[in-house]
Amino acid sequence: MTLPQASSFAPNVDHLFDTLLALCTLVVVGVFTVMIVFCVKYRRGTSAERTPARSHLGVELTWTLVPFVLFMGIFGWSVHLWIRLRTPPKDAQPIYVVAKQWMWKVQHPGGQREIDQLHVPVGQPIRLVMTSQDVIHSFYVPAFRVKQDVLPDRYTELWFTATQAGTYHLFCAEFCGTDHSRMRGEVVVMAPADYARWLQAHAGIGLAAQGAALFRRLGCSGCHDPQSGVHAPSLENLYGSTVPLSDGSQVLADERYLHDSILLPKKQVAAGYAPIMPSFEGRLGEEDVLALVAYLKTRGTQTEKPE
Amino acid sequence: MAHAATHDHHDEHHGAPSNFFTRWFMSTNHKDIGTLYLIFSLTAFFVGGSFAMVIRAELFKPGMQLVQPYFFNEMTTMHALVMIFGAIMPAFVGLGNWMIPLMIGAPDMALPRMNNLSFWILPFAFALMLSTLFMHGGGPAGGWTMYPPLSLQSDSLAYVVFAIHLMGISSIMGAINIIATILNMRAPGMDLLKMPVFVWSWLITAFLLIAVMPVLAGAVTMLLTDKYFGTSFFNAAGGGDPVLYQHVFWFFGHPEVYIMILPAFGIISEVIPTFSRKPIFGYKAMVFAIASIAFLSFIVWAHHMFAVGLPLGAEIFFMYATMLIAVPTGVKVFNWVSTMWGGSLTFETPMLFAIAFVILFTIGGFSGLMLALVPADFQYHDTYFVVAHFHYVLVTGAAFAIMSGTYYWLPKWCGHMYSEFWGKMHFWNSVVWVNVLFFPQHFLGLAGMPRRIPDYNVAFANFNMISSIGGFLFGASQLIFLGVIIHAVFFSKKKAPDRVWEGARGLEWTVPSPAPHHTFALPPVIHDDELAHGHVED
Repeated sequence: MTLPQASSFAPNVDHLFDTLLALCTLVVVGVFTVMIVFCVKYRRGTSAERTPARSHLGVELTWTLVPFVLFMGIFGWSVHLWIRLRTPPKDAQPIYVVAKQWMWKVQHPGGQREIDQLHVPVGQPIRLVMTSQDVIHSFYVPAFRVKQDVLPDRYTELWFTATQAGTYHLFCAEFCGTDHSRMRGEVVVMAPADYARWLQAHAGIGLAAQGAALFRRLGCSGCHDPQSGVHAPSLENLYGSTVPLSDGSQVLADERYLHDSILLPKKQVAAGYAPIMPSFEGRLGEEDVLALVAYLKTRGTQTEKPE
Repeated sequence: MAHAATHDHHDEHHGAPSNFFTRWFMSTNHKDIGTLYLIFSLTAFFVGGSFAMVIRAELFKPGMQLVQPYFFNEMTTMHALVMIFGAIMPAFVGLGNWMIPLMIGAPDMALPRMNNLSFWILPFAFALMLSTLFMHGGGPAGGWTMYPPLSLQSDSLAYVVFAIHLMGISSIMGAINIIATILNMRAPGMDLLKMPVFVWSWLITAFLLIAVMPVLAGAVTMLLTDKYFGTSFFNAAGGGDPVLYQHVFWFFGHPEVYIMILPAFGIISEVIPTFSRKPIFGYKAMVFAIASIAFLSFIVWAHHMFAVGLPLGAEIFFMYATMLIAVPTGVKVFNWVSTMWGGSLTFETPMLFAIAFVILFTIGGFSGLMLALVPADFQYHDTYFVVAHFHYVLVTGAAFAIMSGTYYWLPKWCGHMYSEFWGKMHFWNSVVWVNVLFFPQHFLGLAGMPRRIPDYNVAFANFNMISSIGGFLFGASQLIFLGVIIHAVFFSKKKAPDRVWEGARGLEWTVPSPAPHHTFALPPVIHDDELAHGHVED
C-alpha cells in the first residue's frame, strides 16, 4: 500500500522524510548493535578488558555536538522547503470548502457544488478556502501530502498542485465526533480538458451571482448602497484594501474580515461608523457567507479579477 | 532534618497498625501509601488495557464490527485518560513514595498526612470519571485532549472536568511532598550531587507538575464555564477562539509528556548500572540532560498544533525547539549504552526491560523527531504514525521502565524473590508482542490512516489485523506480570537478601528486605563508597 505521489509537494516532502528516516535508522541500528556487542562482550565471566571509565568530557561533548549539527542541517532544509511550500502562487484557483459534522461541502466559483468529492484539474494550483459549520475538522489528502485543520468562524487555506490524474482518498484527520471515521470522500484529479467538460456539465449559478441574490434578499443594500440614508461603509473596492478600525488599528479586508463582518460585526468596527450592523450569526450558513464574500470580491477588487 | 527525625522517633519500635482500616485508609507511612499507589496503578493499567482491547477488537477488520462509533470514541478517550492519569502517573508517584525516602535516608515523606490525602483523592476522581460510562448520555467521547467546540457537545463534560481537578490536586500535593522531602530530609552527607538519578528525575518532574497541572485545571475550567455559564473563551461568536484552548492545553500537555518519561529515565539510570556492576557513565551529564529536557519542554507546545495554522515564525521556532530536545535525550541514550561498556553484565528481568527500553524508546524518540519537521508533520499529524510514536514512548518507554523498576525493587518491598523464569517469560512476550502491536502502526500512518476512527478504508486492513493480534497477545502477556507479582508477594519461598542485586549501590539496599515499616528513624551514617554516585568529581 505505497502511497502515490500525486501533488507537486509529494516528492519534496518524501525526500526530506526519507533522509531523516535513513539517518534515524542508522542511529537506532548503531545503538542496537553496540548494545548487543556490549551485552555479549561484557557479560559476566568473559575475559574482556574492563575499563573503569565513569565519564569523559570529550565523549560527552562529541555526542552532544554531532547530533546537534546534524539536526540543524535537517532543520535548515525543512525551513527552506517549508517557506517554499506554504505560500500559494498568485494564479492559484480558489475553491471553497465547508466542513460540517460529518461531510465535506465544496463550492466552485462557477457554482458547481459537490459533497464529499472534489474535482480538480492536473497542473493547476488550487487554493482551498475552508471553514467549518460546527467543530474543528481537518482536510487531509494523503496522496498530496497536505493537511489543514478547518476551524469554525475562521478561514484556513490549503493549496496544492495535483500532478497525476486519478481518484484519491480525502479524510477528516481531526477527531470530530461520533461519525468522524465516516467523514471521508475523494479527490478526483482530471486532465484539464476533462475538467473543463466536468465544469460545463455541472455549472450552476455562479457563486458570486448567488451572493448577489442573497445580498438583495437579505436587504444589505438598504444600508450599504451609496444612495442609502443609513451611514454605513461603502463596499466598493473593499476586498484587498486596508480598513481603519474604530480602535485605531487597521485590518486587511481579506476573506476572513468579510466573513467576520457579516457574522460578528461588533468584532471589528470600521472607524467613523456606529456599530449598528446586525449580526447574521445563526441566520446564515457558512455556505451562504462564502457566496456573499465571493460577491463582495467582485464589487471592484484591487487584487483579484471578478470571477 | 533532625526535627523530622525526632518527630517520628516514638514510632520507631511500632510495626504497622494491625487494624486493616487504620493501616491502609489512615496511613501516613510512605511505604504503605506507595503500595496503595502501585496497586491503584496496576488496577488502572488493566482497566485502561481492557479499553484498548475493545479498540483493537473493533479495528481487527474494516467496517463496523462490534461496537457503536460513540462507544468506540468513549473507549479511545477513556483509554488515554485512565492510562495517563491512572496508570503511568500514579505508578511513578508510588515508586517515588516507596523509594525516595529510602534512597536519601529519610524516615518518611516530609508531609505524611498530605501524602495520605493525595492518594485517597484518586479513587474518588476515577469513580467520578468512570461512572459516566454507565450514565444516560454516555461518557466523554471527545478525545482526551478535549478540544472545543467538540468537547462542549458532551453531556458528561462536568464529570470529567471535576475528576481532572481532583487528579490535579492529588498530583500537585504529591509533587510538593516530594520536593519538600528531597530538599529537607536528606540524611547528612547526602549532597544533591550524590543523590541517585531516580531522585533527581523525580525532583525535576515534581517542579514540572507544580508548574503545569494548574494550567490544565484552568483550561478545563474555561471549558466548564463556556458550557454552563455562558462565557466565550473558546467560542468565536463571543470573541473567543477555539485555538486558545489548544495553546493552553498543550502548554500543560507537553511538559506532561516529560512528567511521564523523566522518572522512567531515572529508573533506567538505576537499573543499568546495577546490572553492569559499574557506576553510571557521566552522572552529571545525566542530571543536566534531565534538567535541560525539562526546561525545553515548556517551549515546544505548539508542535502539537502545526496543522491548525500558525504564523511562519512560530512554526519555525517550535520546530527548532523541538529538535533541540533530541540532543539531551541523545546524551542520555549514549550514556546508558556507555554504562554497559566495560561492565560485568547479567541479564535479570529488570535489566532486560531496561535494555529494551533504551532501544524502543529511541525508536519512539526518533519518530517524534520526524514529526517535528513542519513539512512532514503536515502529512503525518493526526495519523497512526503519531499513535505509533507516542505508544513507543509511553508503553515501551514509560511502562517498560515501570515494569523494570517493579522487578528491581519488588524483592525489597515484599522480602521475597519473584520467579525469574516467569519474569523473563513476561519480558519476552511483552517485547515481541508490543512490537507486533505498534510497529505496523507506523506503516498505517505513512499510508495515511487517520487516528481515532472505528471504521477504516479496506486499504488499511492487513496492518490493522497484525496490530490487533499483537495487541491481544501483549494484553494477555500482562497477566503474567500480575501472576509474578502475586506469587512474589504471597507465595514465594525464596527470601531476598538486604542487597537484593549483587551490583546494587545506594541506601535502599542497606535496610532489611522486606523494608521494615519504619526505616532511618535515625539518619544513617553515609559512606560514599556505598552510594551509587558517592564520588562525583567531574
